[in-house]
Formats: sequence, C-alpha cells, structure tokens
Amino acid sequence: MLKPINLIASAMLALALASPLAAQDGTPKSGGTLNVVIQPEPPSLMLGLVQNGPTQMVGGDIYESLLRYDSELQPEGQLAESWEISEDGITYTFKLREGVKFHDGTPFTSADVEFSMDKFLRESHSRMRTYMEHVESIETPDDLTVIFKLKQPFGPFIGIFEPGTAPMIPKHIYEGTDFASNPANNTPIGTGPFKFDKWEKGSFIHLVKNEDYYMEGKPYIDDVYYHVIPDAASRAVAYETGKVDVLPGGSVENFDVPRMQAMENTCITDKGWEYFGPLSWMWVNSDNKPLDDVKVRSAIMHAVDREFAKNALWNGLGKVATGPFSSSTRFWDGDTPDITFDPEKAKALLAESSYNGEKIRILGLPYGETWQRWAEAVKQNLSEIGMDAEIVPSDVAGWNQKISDRDFDLAFTYLYQYGDPALGVSRTYMGSNAAPGSPWNNVSNYQNPETDKLFDEAALMANPEDRKAAYKAVQDLIVADVPNIWMLELGFPTIYRCDIKNPVNTAFGVNDGFRDVWIDRD
Amino acid sequence: MARTDLNTRTGADSVIRFILGRLVKAVFILLAILVFNFLLIHAAPGDPAAVMAGEAGAADEKFLADLRTRFGLDQPLYVQLFIYIKGAVQFDLGYSFRQQMSVAEMIGDRLPATLLLTGVAFVLSLVLGVAAGVAASARQGRWGDTIISTFALLFYATPLFWVALMATLVFSVWLGWLPGFGYSTIGANYTGMAHVLDVAKHLVLPASTLGLFFMAIYMRMTRASMLEVSRLDFVKTARAKGLKRGVIQRRHILRNALLPVITLAGLQAGQIFGGAILTETVFAWPGIGRLMFEAINQRDYNVILGVFYISAAMVLLFNLITDVVYVIVDPRIRLTT
Repeated sequence: MLKPINLIASAMLALALASPLAAQDGTPKSGGTLNVVIQPEPPSLMLGLVQNGPTQMVGGDIYESLLRYDSELQPEGQLAESWEISEDGITYTFKLREGVKFHDGTPFTSADVEFSMDKFLRESHSRMRTYMEHVESIETPDDLTVIFKLKQPFGPFIGIFEPGTAPMIPKHIYEGTDFASNPANNTPIGTGPFKFDKWEKGSFIHLVKNEDYYMEGKPYIDDVYYHVIPDAASRAVAYETGKVDVLPGGSVENFDVPRMQAMENTCITDKGWEYFGPLSWMWVNSDNKPLDDVKVRSAIMHAVDREFAKNALWNGLGKVATGPFSSSTRFWDGDTPDITFDPEKAKALLAESSYNGEKIRILGLPYGETWQRWAEAVKQNLSEIGMDAEIVPSDVAGWNQKISDRDFDLAFTYLYQYGDPALGVSRTYMGSNAAPGSPWNNVSNYQNPETDKLFDEAALMANPEDRKAAYKAVQDLIVADVPNIWMLELGFPTIYRCDIKNPVNTAFGVNDGFRDVWIDRD
Repeated sequence: MARTDLNTRTGADSVIRFILGRLVKAVFILLAILVFNFLLIHAAPGDPAAVMAGEAGAADEKFLADLRTRFGLDQPLYVQLFIYIKGAVQFDLGYSFRQQMSVAEMIGDRLPATLLLTGVAFVLSLVLGVAAGVAASARQGRWGDTIISTFALLFYATPLFWVALMATLVFSVWLGWLPGFGYSTIGANYTGMAHVLDVAKHLVLPASTLGLFFMAIYMRMTRASMLEVSRLDFVKTARAKGLKRGVIQRRHILRNALLPVITLAGLQAGQIFGGAILTETVFAWPGIGRLMFEAINQRDYNVILGVFYISAAMVLLFNLITDVVYVIVDPRIRLTT
C-alpha cells in the first residue's frame, strides 16, 4: 500500500509538472556558465561513432543535424532551412542554411551531408546503417541542396534527422581516414552552438561558446561544464551545494527527487523524452514452459500493480503503459485490449492455465535502487496470485549476456522508440528478428505472421492515415497475445534551477544542446 | 619475505642482492597474476561489444560481430591471451575498447590522483593509528583507553560508504566547510599554491574517510603489541635500570611493538587500493580505483587488466619496502631472498 507521505510527495510532484515550465518569458541575457551533471562519463564525444546517452548529451551541443523536433515530434529546421517530400514519398529534398561553418572555420555544405549519411554513418552507426538500407541515392546538385531518393516510401524517414541519429560530420577531416582511430575524435568538430575546449577525464568536460554560430545572438551562455560524478548520492549533494545547476533525468535516485524538488529556486520537468519514448516492460521467455501459455502471461499482466510502481517507485512520474507503443510515439492508440491490474482476474486465469507451481526467475535491470525495488514489487505481486518467483541478480554486462542467451523467465528492460514504430517498436516484435545473440531484438521470440505483415507494410506506406490504421491493428493483436508484460512509460525528471531558462524545449530535452538556454541572474 | 637468519651476510651488499632477487620473483608473480586475471575476467558473463552496443540503444548481430572483430574478441581465447601477454611484457597495455585510447595513458592520467589519495590516507592512518595505540596502551584500563578503543571499534565496524556519505552530509551539505566531491574546483583555474590548497581542501574528506578504517586497525594492533612487549623481560630490566618511562616507551617498547604493525601496514597498502575504489566513486575522485570500477561494469578488458597489473605491481613494491623497513626498525633481522 502506498504510504500517505509518498502520496503527498507524488501529488506535489505531479502538480509541479502539470504547471507550465518556469517562466520562459523575458528578454534573454547573454553570459554565464552552465554546470550540468553527466553520468556515466561518456566514452567519446564523437557522436557519429558513439550514441550512448552521455555522448548524445555533450555531443548534442557540438554536432547538429538537418532538423530538430518539437515535443509533438514535428520537424523544425536546424541545418536545413526547408525541405520537401514528394507525393510518392520517394524523394526528400533539403535546402541547407547559408553561412554555416564547422568549428574550424570550414564551410558546411551538401558534400558533408552526403559524406555523413552515405559513408560515415552507414559504416559506424548501429541504427543508421539499417535506415540507410532504404536509400537508393543521395544527390548534391549544389552546395546547399541535398536530395535523398529512397528505394520505396519509408514512413519514418523524415524523423531520423536529429543529432543522435544523423549528426553532420566534417568530410574534410574524416574522408579517407579510419573513422574509429581518427585523432579528431578527441577534439570533436561540428557546427553546433558550443565548441569542445577541454576534457579532464574523470572530472569534467568543458565546452565554450561558438562565437561564429550562424544564429544571431546564440548561444546565450559563455560555456558549459559537464561534471562527472559517478555516485547518485554525490550528484544530489552537488546540486544541493550549488555546484551544479542541472540534473538531467536519471541523475539522482527517484527517492531523492522530492527532496531536490522542495529546494528553493528549483524547477522540474519530465518533458524532453518524447522522441525517445522510453517504455519499460518485462520480456517473457515464451520458449520456457509455462510461459508459452497465453493464460499464464495474461495472469502475470493482470497481477502486476503498475500504478503502485509509478507512485511508489517513480514518484508519480510517467504513465502506465497501454501496450507496446509509448504514447509519445507516432500512431499510438490507447484503446487496446484490457491489461489493467486485476488480481482476481489474474488468479482465475492462472487457475485455468498450465501453470503448475514452477519457479519464475525474474531478471532485474541493474540500473540502481529503483529497478531493484521494482523487481521485488513484482515478485510480491506474483506471490499474491500464487506464483513462485525469485530474483536473479546481475551487473550490466551479465544482464546483456543473460538476455542474449535467453537465460531468464521474466526480464526487466526499457528501450527507446525513436518517435516511430518502424524505428523503435517493430524490431522487438518481428518474427524474423528473434534470433538469440542480441538483447535488443525480439527477445521474447514472439511469432505472429499477421503482425509481421502489418509491420512490414506500415513502414513502407507513404500516407500517414494508412500507417495509423495498420498500427492500430498491430497494437490490438499484440496486446491480446501478451508477449511481454508492459510496465510504464518512464518519466525521467530533469531538475534545474528556475533561473536557468529553456534547458528543455524539444523532444530531446538536454540531449539537444543548450542553444536556447540563458541564465536569468545579475 | 624477511626472516631472521644470522648466517647471511650483512650490509648494503646483501640488501641490494635481496632487492634484485625479489624483483626477479616479482616479474614471475606479475605474469601469473596477469594470466589469472585474464582468465577470470573473460569467465565473467558479457563482453565489451555488447555493453557498447547496448549503450547505443540498438544493434544488429552484424554490428556486434563487426565490433568483436575490431576488438579482436572473435579470436580464440588462447590467442587473445598470447597477444595480451606479449604486449604486457613490453609494457604495452593495449587500447581501451570503450575509450579508444591507450590504457597506459589512461592509467598515467589517473594514477597520480590515486597515489595522492591513498598515500595521504596511508600516512594519516598509520601515524594517527600508532599514536592512538601508544596513547591507549599507556592508559590501559583507564577512561582514555576506553574512549580511544571505542572509537577505533566504531571506525573499524562502520562501512566505508556510510562514513563517506555522512561526512559529506555533515561537512559539505550542513556545515559547508569542505567540498563534497571532485579533485579541485572546476572552472576556478587556480595555479601555484592556490591550486595546492584547493586540492588539499578536496582531499580532506576522501582521505580521512579512507584512512579511518585503517587507522582503527593500526591503533588496535599497536595497543595490543605495546602491551605484549611491555611485559617482556628486557623491559623489566630497563625499568630496573631506572630508565625514564618515556625512554622505555619509545626506545624499547614501541620499536619492538612496531614490527607487527609494519607487517600489517605492508599488507594493508594493497587493501587501501581496494578501498580507494569505493572512496573515489563516492567522492568523484578521478583515480584508477574508479577507472577500474567503471571498466569492470563495461567489461573493458584491457583497462581492467592494466589496472590489475599496476595495482599488483604496487602491492609487490609495498611488500618489498616493508621488508626493507624491517631491517631499519630491528637490526636483528637479516634479509635473504
């Protein structure tokens, strides 16, 4: 049962989040230093080679892409001034901004776009190499025009031009070199609002204002320090003692969030994750009996109290998932078959099922206290309907291995959806993508030719209405089969001083660079 | 190991011979440690390719296979071991898979911070521990002894991470006297003495946190050893000769009582390195302990092995130093290899 104090804290937090972000009005002031926590320390800042969260956060200040996306995932121009999509969905024409330069002074042109997409990212970027399979050719009729011709319509194509997916890499530095060992990887050069200055490993990363940035007056702040602080409690202390001003989502343990939020001059927002749409679920190993029985899976689905987890473990942040799509992902449909918390229904389903007292192994996600407690809560939920469960501990590498080897019964995970089901959802349900050896494919080995066909067709449809109808059918079918136990659309709060303006104003939050940030201090 | 051997030669000659002999042995020990660690870390589930691909959010089997080929992880284990050992004997510790930089360079960047932290913690714990042990033994059974022993027990029994968090809470958050994390004030760009003082200020909490546990051990060992030695005949003789109490304590009891403390300190030097992992993590101290912790999580094999290699070498060095210090403290002891 949720304690009253937790309820009050959750309610306060929800209220704070419901209110508009701290005043974004007023005339921006130039100057000042932004101090931000970064965790873990990124392995590299070269966004074309590494795409983990911390690299995206710092790299998002240094590198840019053709577009950026608002919280509704609508594209806005970044390095592209305008763009057109042909009616048949085959040709994408981008007009680039004039006067854009890389940090070393070299002009940015269409040749850099072609090199980045066709050479660098096709070779080095785990996701882009899949997306680029849809591209027939890239043409650059002049320095400021790029034309992508696709093999067939690919619905989500307009959604891939963000820095973490399609960063623009300087051709003059990387062409003809071994990308992974190019010395420039240590002093990254992009077109972004901030330039790399210094990286003291284990301590901080320092970026300075790009004085030649192509947007008049921006960026407003002089420099950014990313502080590397490995311990969650120490990160909270760093904020409390005024050493840092911004705690990106996941910086502190969830139980510390209300304490931070109660501090003076502190604002909090769960926005800025719309593109990623982090959705948590438990993989179900349907190769193991009795989990191959849909009634057992349904019983587990109805046994898990997700509202409790949201309030008690996640401070009321996030949403209870309705199925395999996050509500911020395009073509989400909330009207899916019933999977609500109902222990009585769960008991009845279990009684009708093939479950015979087998012990269910729950593999928790080794990402800190919250996840550990969540596994314990699920174990308790299962015991309440008469299922015997045990929690299997592991570290991150061990977790990867166990998932790849399918060595579990239920396993917590959360994955990003990248704004579109064809980019972030289908990979985890397609029957052809179920081979062991990867923790990011169809780990549950869900096999349904009907959904496979719908996923395949919907990805290649040019008309959004057609895609919507196809994905509605997909969601209904998958939810009815319960191949996974969907938990929460995770809410990761960004905590910051209220006098820091605009730290989050796109679907990427703090990963999208601090181009528009200004500090309202005298 | 040092032992009493009245038949060996004395003087500088034997000390040099002893050190050389130990160094030769150390090479073989290091090699054995490397092989053992290599096999151990490869026996753990998971590999760096999967961790790195996981951080990127997605990867297909081909991408994972490409990463494994690039890192040489597709080779049979014995080939990987051979390549690693071949490099290590030439002091080439390889490249970090994750950071794409030389492991030697990474360790070189971080080692000074760890040596500073562990060095200060070691000296602090040894000096204060021995002083407290002497003070407690001189007041055996009285209030002073009880108070010192109680505190020692408290420091000994309290988990390091808890002490670290409480110290941060009290001295950094509540009182605001000391910085709670980091090596220096970021962005201040101090130079000269201002920089030294800044680092010293940042060092206070991590060094005292790390040192407290070891201080408690040295205190208890010193106290017990002092009381034991004080009952021996030569001390009674010294008293009978009318020597002053302070002289007996310093020259006769303490000098003999220190031998087990030195043995312990030599062994604990390695453990201080272990303790540094936790301390460096809590206090965001940029040393090799933290580097190792992160490398283990990420299965960055070459970094893990490199740090093990360096820390094993340090432990062997500390043990050698301990043996040499023995002779200085107790001239009756002779060195043999």
